[in-house]
Amino acid sequence: MAVQFGYSINKSNTIDMDTAPRAMESYLLLHEPSFARCIGCGCCTATCSSGVFTQLNLRQIQLRIRRGETQGLLPEIQKCMLCGKCQMVCPRGVSTRNVVLSIQRALQLLS
Amino acid sequence: MATDGQKKVVVIGGGIAGMEAAAQLARMGYDTTIVEKQARTGGNVANWDHLFPEGRLAGEVVQQLYQKLSPVRIITGSSVKKADMLEGQYILTLADGSVLTTDALVVSTGFRTFDAHRKEEYGYGIYDRVITSADLEGMLNEHQPLFPGRHKGPRRVAFIHCVGSRDEKVGNRYCSKACCAMAVKQASKVKELYPDAEVYCFYMDLRMFDRRYEQMYLDAQAKSGVNFIRGRLSEASEDLQGRLVIKAEDTLMSKPLKMTVDMLVLMVGMEPASGARSVAEMLKIPVGHDGFFNATNELLEANCSGTPGVFLAGTCTGPKTIPETIADARAAATAADAYLRKKS
Ligand SMILES: Cc1cc2nc3c(=O)[nH]c(=O)nc-3n(C[C@H](O)[C@H](O)[C@H](O)COP(=O)(O)OP(=O)(O)OC[C@H]3O[C@@H](n4cnc5c(N)ncnc54)[C@H](O)[C@@H]3O)c2cc1C
Ligand code: SF4
Ligand code: SF4
Ligand code: SF4
Repeated sequence: MAVQFGYSINKSNTIDMDTAPRAMESYLLLHEPSFARCIGCGCCTATCSSGVFTQLNLRQIQLRIRRGETQGLLPEIQKCMLCGKCQMVCPRGVSTRNVVLSIQRALQLLS
Repeated sequence: MATDGQKKVVVIGGGIAGMEAAAQLARMGYDTTIVEKQARTGGNVANWDHLFPEGRLAGEVVQQLYQKLSPVRIITGSSVKKADMLEGQYILTLADGSVLTTDALVVSTGFRTFDAHRKEEYGYGIYDRVITSADLEGMLNEHQPLFPGRHKGPRRVAFIHCVGSRDEKVGNRYCSKACCAMAVKQASKVKELYPDAEVYCFYMDLRMFDRRYEQMYLDAQAKSGVNFIRGRLSEASEDLQGRLVIKAEDTLMSKPLKMTVDMLVLMVGMEPASGARSVAEMLKIPVGHDGFFNATNELLEANCSGTPGVFLAGTCTGPKTIPETIADARAAATAADAYLRKKS
């Protein structure tokens, strides 16, 4: 049996843009071009009906997709009720509801 | 040539501020002379390529200003070494020993770009593929290929905002104002020339203050596909292939981020022109901690130096874009005119 010294290697916390998977980002840019207009203001997150009770953060989900950090996205996006409030407050006219729907579709296609 | 009783104005610095002020003063009937230390007028703008916000050619803008200078005497390759006030007139001694007398002076000595060597952790002057925004303007102007030789395939370029600005480490606390719009302009231009390149802007805040700048930002995102990452670069290093590895925090993700790029463009800020301090001493112009000239009242007399007959125009009082510089130059000409009218 191998001796255990109690050391382990931590997974890197760094976003490495050289290896980041960008397929989800490309899918969204193609199917909902307004996705490119987000300025990360956080209005969508602030108004989110679901975010009051859950960790749903649409601003951050969109940014994570742009940085290839897409692991664990499905349970996150399932918290959205598609109420559309976020779309009403977005100052850049991002079609946030369709962003959510496109993420769901992309998750099915890419899984 | 001066006619009898015609009052005289000397403009120190023949950048766009000096050119516009001189053209206005000549139009008002003053005998006007520009003293420019370089071999040509146009200042920094003469080195640029396409200008934000609408992409006008810098060469054409300078040419349009130059066409208004026919009544103006232009002395290039010289500077004022000594100024003496005698009976309400200035007696100026130039570098070659010649003497000019004048009733008023407009100082428009402009700016120099921040020397990026001073930000050593970014590797300017150490790694080949680190250039400044000013270098890029020159390369675009001369239609040089941006990625000569070596590896094929899509390239990656990163633009770094605030290099030499908003940085106590290099002694510059202020914002250089034009470089956010400039980065968006240059990033979009690179995408236009190399559509499959990946282009990133690393910013702390995007200061897109003009009516047209937010549109440039939106177009850069939605039409050109430029990527924006909020975070200031900590360092750059070279890998074995000669590409650059850069590190920053993606502050909206709260995570460190790294990427390899083929070119790093440093958005160098504006510092007072070299020699501005000696001009200030010679003409008793107050100077701020940052080296830019201070007007007597930055709100209502932004062109008055406090020294009778000495007026300030353009970026010598702080960073400005081109339209701001032109408006400021016109205001300086008006202030000089008001002074000269009162003077018997
Ligand atoms: C990379 C870059 C790109 C830019 N692109 C844009 C753009 O696209 N659009 C835009 O609106 N703005 C742009 N700007 C800003 C623009 O360059 C400035 O607004 C403009 O140059 C200011 O003009 P100025 O006459 O005040 O100064 P300058 O252009 O610096 O001219 C000053 C002149 O004075 C001379 N001088 C200095 N000291 C003396 C002395 N002691 N005696 C005699 N002569 C002297 C200098 O040689 C120079 O000719 C850019 C700036 C940078 C750095
Ligand atoms: S549509 Fe979804 S993300 Fe937008 S506010 Fe409603 S629950 Fe939140
Ligand atoms: S409200 Fe719109 S611009 Fe703001 S973070 Fe949400 S999607 Fe982006
Ligand atoms: S204009 Fe933008 S890039 Fe330039 S110093 Fe100000 S914040 Fe930084």
